[in-house]
Amino acid sequence: MTTEQNIDDILIPILEKVSDPEIPVLSIMDMGVVRKAVIENKMVKVQITPTYSGCPAMDVIGDDIKAALKTAGYDSEIELILAPAWTTDWITPRGRKALEDYGIAAPLDAEADKSVLLEGKKMVKCPQCGSTNTRLVSQFGSTACKAQFQCDDCQEPFDYFKCLK
Amino acid sequence: MNNNLYKYILGIADNSLILGQRLGELTGHGPSLETDIACTNISLDLFGQVRSYFQYAAKIAGDQRTEDDIAMLRKEREYVNVLLVEQPNRNFAYTMARQFLFDVYHLLFLQELQKSKDLTLVAIANKSIKEVSYHLRFSTDWIKRLGDGTEESKAKMQDAIDGLWTYTDELFHQTEADKVMVQEGIGVDVTGLKEAYYEKVNAVLEEATLEIPESKWFQKGGKQGIHTEHLGYLLAELQYMQSAYPNMEW
Repeated sequence: MTTEQNIDDILIPILEKVSDPEIPVLSIMDMGVVRKAVIENKMVKVQITPTYSGCPAMDVIGDDIKAALKTAGYDSEIELILAPAWTTDWITPRGRKALEDYGIAAPLDAEADKSVLLEGKKMVKCPQCGSTNTRLVSQFGSTACKAQFQCDDCQEPFDYFKCLK
Repeated sequence: MNNNLYKYILGIADNSLILGQRLGELTGHGPSLETDIACTNISLDLFGQVRSYFQYAAKIAGDQRTEDDIAMLRKEREYVNVLLVEQPNRNFAYTMARQFLFDVYHLLFLQELQKSKDLTLVAIANKSIKEVSYHLRFSTDWIKRLGDGTEESKAKMQDAIDGLWTYTDELFHQTEADKVMVQEGIGVDVTGLKEAYYEKVNAVLEEATLEIPESKWFQKGGKQGIHTEHLGYLLAELQYMQSAYPNMEW
């Protein structure tokens, strides 16, 4: 079992154009859900892994990858794998920036996350005004991977991408 | 077909399926927007986990059975979930008490399942455990908030804990299939989780200023398919589409 990605260079630009249907600014590559994409006998074998078990976006992501590869002239097989389990560490720096720009606070490290959720320490930075004077509204947000926060300075409510390790 | 492994997987997955369905009933009916969303998010996690288990079970069955058939097409006596998870959403305290009493068990169980010799079960456990840690934080928070809250919230939470306590012991019962799977190094010996479970539960109840129930009499039967009257109604709703339109597909 490896945590390494195995993706043919030639496929990277194609896959980078496929985005998460629930967070359209985020490419599935920056999200880290594509674990393998290799050309074998003119067929692209793709492995994707869900962020959360029940993530309803996975079917759409699979279909979108198939369509994008088809447009580029490749037939493909998509396989959903569970191991190794996805972690927020796999979101690239570019992905984190895209999240922030979109108004979603990017995941902190696990320890900070734990204290935020357990003791309500103000550690999550507001993506609107940059203040750290924010508070947890609910551990569960608009999708399984997010929690709801509010900024006590600019008053904007915002989503925080939960840390999964 | 490895019948014991198949039965073993159903024993795990049915708990999540039935609890997920119960939580799903709160869609649009939660006491506040945030709790409504939280309950349905937890439900979604559980259904996601159930799909992984049932897909594996369908593969083991090796016939035409699909994950949907296993979820939707069994009769009441063929569901082997514990009685705890089928108990209705009487009020929010009940819903959270049921969740907490299951979450504590669920996390302990998955920690052990990570050591299984069966790599598919290990993968599902590794994935699920991250989600279940969040569920437990959420339900623990509500036990404390309602228990150590107002006079009314405390009374309701105490009533919920007292009412559901009788269903907790069954979590640690073993079926014949369970025993075989434990022997083969695949299954979790749930009898070994009991002490840690009550230790954890009691610590939270104490912090929440709630009384630990003294009842020593416990209900059982779910793991043998003998359910409380509530399961039939739940299944009627769960299976409605399949009985109205037999063999329908998405």
